[in-house]
Amino acid sequence: MDHFPTNWGRPRNDAFDAYGTYPIHQRPQNTPKDKFSDGVQRTQQPIVTGTSVLAIKYKDGIMMSADNLASYGSLARFKDIQRLHPVGNNTVIGASGDMSDFQYIQTLLNEIIIDEFTSQDGHSLGPAEIHEYLSQVLYARRSNMNPLWNSLLVGGVRDGKSFLAYVDLLGTTYSASTIATGYGAYIAQPLLRDAVEGREDTLTEEQAADILENCMRVLYYRDARSLDKYQIAKVTEAGVIISESKHLKSSWSFAEGIRGYGAQIQ
Amino acid sequence: MFRNTYDSDNTVFSPQGRLHQVEYALEAVKQGSAAVGLRSKTHAVLLALKRSTGELASYQQKMFRIDDHVGIAIAGLTSDARVLSNFMRQQAMSSKMVFNRPIPVNRLVSSIADKAQVNTQEYGRRPYGVGFLVIGQDKGGPHLYEFSPSGNSYEYYAMSIGARSQSAKTYLEKHYESFADCTLEDLVRHGLHALRETLQQDKELNVNNTSIGIVGPKSPHEKVETPGGSFRILENDSVEPFLQTMIAKESADAPAPAPALSTGDEDVQMSE
Repeated sequence: MDHFPTNWGRPRNDAFDAYGTYPIHQRPQNTPKDKFSDGVQRTQQPIVTGTSVLAIKYKDGIMMSADNLASYGSLARFKDIQRLHPVGNNTVIGASGDMSDFQYIQTLLNEIIIDEFTSQDGHSLGPAEIHEYLSQVLYARRSNMNPLWNSLLVGGVRDGKSFLAYVDLLGTTYSASTIATGYGAYIAQPLLRDAVEGREDTLTEEQAADILENCMRVLYYRDARSLDKYQIAKVTEAGVIISESKHLKSSWSFAEGIRGYGAQIQ
Repeated sequence: MFRNTYDSDNTVFSPQGRLHQVEYALEAVKQGSAAVGLRSKTHAVLLALKRSTGELASYQQKMFRIDDHVGIAIAGLTSDARVLSNFMRQQAMSSKMVFNRPIPVNRLVSSIADKAQVNTQEYGRRPYGVGFLVIGQDKGGPHLYEFSPSGNSYEYYAMSIGARSQSAKTYLEKHYESFADCTLEDLVRHGLHALRETLQQDKELNVNNTSIGIVGPKSPHEKVETPGGSFRILENDSVEPFLQTMIAKESADAPAPAPALSTGDEDVQMSE
């Protein structure tokens, strides 16, 4: 069954053919292309995944962090994956969820940034425009029952205003001065709110980096899909800087004293 | 049958290296009633002369709103203009939906220029028979563009298109250096003076035949609030206070009337 009314009888679709100028046999078709296409499955679960992304506002702009791990189920499969991605000159996005979908999103964003650059007319896409674009793409994909399985954070600074917002595989969006995705939404978000809310305009770069490092450490202790190797991105009026990978100091000596889990004698 | 061997097909160059059908399309623009556009540092305005086919008929619409920040005035085939303005509205809506950004004016104009260019190069098509003046504001401030059926688009300080527009152009060329620092009222007055130059001997501008399009902050002459200085079209009674500001022709330092152009109904003679 063809569920697209534009393909019934004499179709008319304002978006691509407002005046019905194409002969019927030349019109784009939405029906399945062959016998096999009905059997195609859409993404029903993420496969190779990244865990939490954290981001906060501070005095000079936005700071975002994510670890370098891409897990295959519970297996820590790829330990040198960058999950923070610069977009244009004043935006950074961070991705949790399916890493192949994230790579696809990166190619989409590269395309629109190149289109924007080649017009050479002084206009450019800021963080708000990138976020709107992503929300439209992700919502359209979920509406086609074929979602891009990610939770994304978009942060940036433009014309002296910092912007930080969330969008996920359903196209849900919101904006706040601290945002965390995935497991971090449970573990890190309360810590971030305590540390940041009301101090967005006074926090220095060092303080912001310390807050994020602390949260990344807590997540490393608590989140079984995390890694002690992470990166920090900062976006200021001057542009985007994504740090080299940093190592989290952690101490596991307390584990000796824990009783009641696993195969312990006594 | 044909006035010229290279008339019938717009994709074939004449030996002089010209596309006659495209040049005829440019003549179609000159048959339409005149439109004038001007720009200051804060505003861009359009003024157009509306025609009616007779005492009993209404006046033909000359201006269209494309989006909150863009509007056009047309000269030429109104039906072609409606197709193109519909397309411009879709482009504007698409930019709003996908990026939540008002479309930059130059991109909007380029998009219809590209559409018009295709019609000058593909077999079995005809060029659009309409020209636009487009005003709008974006991050770069107010803008004025001309679009023509040849697929060209240029930005201007001031421009006129349509019947007898050369007379208006002469006025604009004389005064354009003062436009940048003009108030909205002065800018509109200059525009009305320029538009007046395009009138036939016994006609004058009145509330029925004059349209004014504006982007930029509100004038004291306007009654309706326009949030953010968005595009609006003034017609009928709203035009009256601006018409009042005009200075009678004798006392205005208007240039001598330009020599009468072709009467209009004879076909175009290509100059070699």
